[in-house]
Amino acid sequence: MTEPLLRLSGLTKAYPGVVANRDVSFDIARGEVHALLGENGAGKSTLVKTIYGLVKPDHGTMMLAGQPFAPADPHAARTAGVAMVFQHFSLFDAMNVAENIALGMENPPPQRAIAAQVRRVSDQYGLPLDPTRIVGELSAGERQRVEIIRCLLQDPKLLIMDEPTSVLTPQEVAILFETLRKLRAEGTAILYISHKLEEIRALCDTATVLRLGAVVGTCDPRVTSARDMAELMVGAVLQAPQKADRRAGDVVLTLQNLSARAPHRFGTALMDICLDVRKGEVLGIGGVAGNGQDELVAALSGELRTKAGMITYQGRQIGQMSPNARRRIGLLAAPEERMGHAAAPDMSLTENAVMTAMTRQALTSYGFVHWARARAFAQGVISTFDVRTPGPGTAARSLSGGNLQKFVIGREIMQNPDVLVVNQPTWGVDASAAAAIRQALLDLAAKGAAVICISQDLDELMEISDRFAALNEGRLSVPRPAKGLSVEEIGLMLGGAHDMEVARNGREAKGARDAQKSGVSHVDG
Amino acid sequence: MDLSAINPILLLASLMVAATPIMLAAIGELVVERAGVLNLGVEGMMITGAVCGFVVAVNTGSPWLGFLGAAVGGALLSLIFGVLTQVLLSNQVATGLALTLFGLGLSALMGQGYIGVRAPGFTDLHIPLLADIPVIGPIVFQHDPMVYVGLGIVAAVWAFLTYSRAGLILRAVGENHEAAHALGYHVVRVRLLAIMFGGGCAGLGGAYLSLVRVPQWTEGMTAGAGWIALAIVVFASWRPWRLLLGAYLFGGVTVLQLNLQAAGVAVPVEYLSMSPYLATIAVLVIMRTGRAPGSLAQSFHASR
Repeated sequence: MTEPLLRLSGLTKAYPGVVANRDVSFDIARGEVHALLGENGAGKSTLVKTIYGLVKPDHGTMMLAGQPFAPADPHAARTAGVAMVFQHFSLFDAMNVAENIALGMENPPPQRAIAAQVRRVSDQYGLPLDPTRIVGELSAGERQRVEIIRCLLQDPKLLIMDEPTSVLTPQEVAILFETLRKLRAEGTAILYISHKLEEIRALCDTATVLRLGAVVGTCDPRVTSARDMAELMVGAVLQAPQKADRRAGDVVLTLQNLSARAPHRFGTALMDICLDVRKGEVLGIGGVAGNGQDELVAALSGELRTKAGMITYQGRQIGQMSPNARRRIGLLAAPEERMGHAAAPDMSLTENAVMTAMTRQALTSYGFVHWARARAFAQGVISTFDVRTPGPGTAARSLSGGNLQKFVIGREIMQNPDVLVVNQPTWGVDASAAAAIRQALLDLAAKGAAVICISQDLDELMEISDRFAALNEGRLSVPRPAKGLSVEEIGLMLGGAHDMEVARNGREAKGARDAQKSGVSHVDG
Repeated sequence: MDLSAINPILLLASLMVAATPIMLAAIGELVVERAGVLNLGVEGMMITGAVCGFVVAVNTGSPWLGFLGAAVGGALLSLIFGVLTQVLLSNQVATGLALTLFGLGLSALMGQGYIGVRAPGFTDLHIPLLADIPVIGPIVFQHDPMVYVGLGIVAAVWAFLTYSRAGLILRAVGENHEAAHALGYHVVRVRLLAIMFGGGCAGLGGAYLSLVRVPQWTEGMTAGAGWIALAIVVFASWRPWRLLLGAYLFGGVTVLQLNLQAAGVAVPVEYLSMSPYLATIAVLVIMRTGRAPGSLAQSFHASR
């Protein structure tokens, strides 16, 4: 075997109180798609930042193509042939595509030359993109193309991709994989970070699994099952959520032509949303972020008021009611953003519990807070939902994402809602906490409450929903039974990919998707 | 009252002079804000520039050295702000306000021996040929050199931000400092340089008051010009040519209302005095389309 493109030996990086990487060693070969797997906090980000020159390791060395490689900053890494597509896009909204690309290049040519190069590369790899458009107006998939093209213009030897598919529709994922396979065929190595195991099985040649900063295993994802990889990541046996048998009851919540204007400039208007939600069901609402999810949650929770008749709850018109009035009658919501929306970061868990639970749990009287009762309630949430924290006096900020999410979801569930609206309940939460949250939502539905779960994670929605609807540009599709929906049908419900006409028609996209699912590598001519 | 006493040519000519100090301070602050920093200390840097420029010009006899001294003084004062906010991560709003108070006090201290002294002035340029054009000549081409230096700075800033790579990086740092850092740009270094440029320009604007407009040193002589400069930056949507328009509009209405007062118009003086502020804000609010740089006034720390 020839020498590897990149060899990591004994990389260690410690931050105060935590070792992010512990003696990490592995090789990446030329023309290989190498997956890096791990839970949140396993040290994946620190590792790729080390390779990209953003973090300096405490110990350990790297060799790139046989030469010692210790980039002082990203400029040095790019010069050496390492390019990176970031998880949270490193783009500048107010600038156009060509300017964004110039910022990511060493010695960029003049703007006009960049525009020509962008057109050439986007034709070559089937990534349609107009260099003069303002990035702030692009869809998530298009924004990612900007990042990818920025990398490709530098002919990288190694392309690092950090969770590239988390914001893409299935069709956009198919196009991305197509591009990555072309790159692989040209000899580019790709380091692919994801926790979507099925994608890794479809795309990657090798997988390295990190847990608590150390390499715990290497496997061939084409022959290893997703379940085995997940258990390697978590280090424990995973419990799949148990769906109890239950029957949908009466209609409890009705949305009748719910419309609302976008609350701010980059928001989405809601348009004519009609929906019946029944007791005891989990209704999954899918869609790429920014299609009206936040606005729909706001309209349901009462943050965004609508005409009274647009929302009917147990026979009452509640569109104009305030959040607390809705809580009193049993309609609760947990918004997406944990820090700053669902919880006040610098306040204690007890104080955070009071903020939504004071009405239903009678935590106040005559305007005064019953702190003992509030503490007991917060303690109840902590013990019931296994929130790992020293106690209810801890500041919300100091909890990890998964633990705080368990707390804010648990806080609503413990109030025995009749309808619970959750947005992205497991976003950025590790696998075991996510499983616990999903199980709690299913248990709540089994007790007869209606659950509306809004999420970008289609696997999650398929796992827990009874019915599935898609939100696209502020419009909601007609809900369909989740059982038996194919990925292709879901993709079409989500409005398909953006600007697909250049790349392919629907059937080809389906072909690519099927090829991925069966794990067959599919190189387009 | 006698409106015929107002000479329109003189009026338009003095407009350019009246607008220059605000324009200089505002163009500096525009660069600072495009880099993502909100420095509310413009007033303090202006008055420090005014006194530094005055002291240097009186002692050397050269107005040019005076302006140079003013720019250095403003830049040094702004460097205090830069170190506090960029290195020590203090709050930009509070630090900027403190800088204004500090600048006012410091300038009063430095200028104690200079009250009532007269500074060496510029002689107005008389640009050959152009200055002899009827009407336009006296309005545009017969001013002191700093008027043209100011216009040159506005044009240079516009070209820098629009066409140069360094300008692109500066805008990137202001738009999204996390992303700029991830791409390997030095956010703090870019911002410190921008802050010093802003301080230098504010110093020039202040010195224009003490060396050309008045031309004397009195305590608190900037009288809120720094705040107007700050407002113009925002209302001009962070664009250089709009900023020029806003400054000229403000200067124009200021000069006009002084002329109207002199002509004895039957409107209370208080209304006339507030008219430049109202007119500038009204026009720029109506024209306003832009949006603030994405990272404006946020502290940046690389470890986050």
